[in-house]
Amino acid sequence: MIAQAGTAPAPNAFWRRALRHRSFVVGALLCLLVLGAALLSLVWTPWSAYEIDVASKLRPPSSAHWLGTDVLGRDIVSLLLVGARATILVGIIAVGIGLTCGVCLGLIAAAQRGWTEEVIMRFSDFTFAFPAVLSAIMLAAVIGPGMVTSITAIGIFQIPVFVRVTRGSAGAIWAREFILAARAAGKGRVRITIEHVLPNILSILIVQATIQFALAILAEAALSYLGLGTQPPQPSWGRMLNDAQTLLFQSPSLAVYPGAAIALAVLGLNLLGDGLRDLLDPRLARQR
Amino acid sequence: MQATGLHQNRKLWNVRPPKTGVPARMSVFLLRRCLTLLATLVGASLIIFLVLDALPGNAAQMLMGADASPDAVRALTVKLGLDQPLALRYLHWLGGLVSGNLGNSYAYGTPVAELIGERLTMTIPLAILAMGLTTVLALAAGIYTAANHNRIGDVGVMSLTQIGIALPNFWFAILLILLFAVKLQWLSAGGFPGWEDGIWPGLRSLLLPAVALAVVQAAILARVTRSAVLDVLREDFVRTARAKGLTKREVLWQHVLRNAMIPVLTVMGLQFANLLAGTIVIENVFYLPGLGRLIFQSIANRDLIVVRNCVMLLAAMVIVVNFVVDVLYAVIDPRIKVHEL
Repeated sequence: MIAQAGTAPAPNAFWRRALRHRSFVVGALLCLLVLGAALLSLVWTPWSAYEIDVASKLRPPSSAHWLGTDVLGRDIVSLLLVGARATILVGIIAVGIGLTCGVCLGLIAAAQRGWTEEVIMRFSDFTFAFPAVLSAIMLAAVIGPGMVTSITAIGIFQIPVFVRVTRGSAGAIWAREFILAARAAGKGRVRITIEHVLPNILSILIVQATIQFALAILAEAALSYLGLGTQPPQPSWGRMLNDAQTLLFQSPSLAVYPGAAIALAVLGLNLLGDGLRDLLDPRLARQR
Repeated sequence: MQATGLHQNRKLWNVRPPKTGVPARMSVFLLRRCLTLLATLVGASLIIFLVLDALPGNAAQMLMGADASPDAVRALTVKLGLDQPLALRYLHWLGGLVSGNLGNSYAYGTPVAELIGERLTMTIPLAILAMGLTTVLALAAGIYTAANHNRIGDVGVMSLTQIGIALPNFWFAILLILLFAVKLQWLSAGGFPGWEDGIWPGLRSLLLPAVALAVVQAAILARVTRSAVLDVLREDFVRTARAKGLTKREVLWQHVLRNAMIPVLTVMGLQFANLLAGTIVIENVFYLPGLGRLIFQSIANRDLIVVRNCVMLLAAMVIVVNFVVDVLYAVIDPRIKVHEL
């Protein structure tokens, strides 16, 4: 962290180091796989993920249906590909909400101190009392289940995490000498926050956002499994697990694929986050 | 160290150290924390009430369906007390929370407090069992890996925890059912016999759900434990203890663990919220008649009064546990400046 904004290593050097970092490479590959699946599903799927064909229900894996079909005769591979879309969409929007609100509040708290900080931090403590499932239950009771419910519930729970991380790391930057120099040069709090504090905590925020994305995927899966999130006929991995559970004795393999997809996506993001932390902040890496 | 220095300084200046210094500050700290706790609980109740009661949609209309006669709906509105002003209904509910009289469920007609209490006899043992398993697994794995830092065992267990963190707990639960109920047929795939036939059948049916909850949480906590123990192992006093002739094992158990417990305890407190949320999900996987099932049945029945009280109870549990952790934190480590908390 001796390096300040502007003295970051050249992009080439970063990539050379990154490609040698094992968990970064594995994580990035897994993430690209999931992203690729979602993008591929926009232009091509082996079968339609929406068309019901009861005559060919619960088929075992074959050359036509690589992983078989579900109870409505839909192709599992197609469902998994389209399901990746819901996962990524909910994750990106929810983390976006948490990142935007959380970072703004955290930066304000660090810049203003005093009672503003107190109010913001108490608010974020308070929000911690409502896990995503709890908010989703309340929202589902009022506006009904659906993607909006799950995005809002997950997004709200992400805010306090980003508030804390931003407040903590921005506070440390504010205590540094170059901030004092900037103040002596006559810069205001807003300018210092944008020009000096934010660039210096960006790497921490990127790492945190990656990890939060993984948590958002887990929450989305749980909510759609419970029937509070993504609704049929829109395919989602959580929903597929719910359907599969009623058929555990007939076709147990149906319960394996969607869960493995969720676990691989989450594992990929976590490994990517670990890798990014090592690469972006060498000081932290040495500590571990 | 600093305290002694300060003490000597005071002697030097002939100023007596305040006799009740630390306890007095501690009680001020406790008082402040209690007030914050109370304010947080009231705030939570207000949010829950506003979200569930003030949003569009009359509960009476929802209960009777769209084709109910307006007269009947009006009669039910009056009967449920929904015609009173919002503030009055809120205060009425708050009074009920304090006195334990939460009103009657719209769907079951029985008192809500009774309904919830009945379900808690299953949910609370499950949560305790899961938390106990989490702690045992996490501490064992965390201490083992820290003591064998960078050896094969460390790398292996840490890779396992990386996978554990990535597992959705409800999928892990389904896999457990597949293995133990479908393939091996050792345990049932779900349901709960109650505690009437003795403790054993009840515990038996809570075993898989608790394992499903614990394994994922333990993976996170094990990593925290490992890095906390490793941090303490780098401290000077550890080297001093080794130098005075203690074995590695003695240092680990006598000096390191006590000091490493603070971050572990903090994360355990934070995990409690996760655990409760997980309990709601896992109860649905195993068809267990706990609080989570009650909430879902109530959403389906549009039984908003039950939903409201259940959500309040869960939020209050999270708030209270975090309060207890905060206080314990200060008790365990007197170095923490009380006024900063």
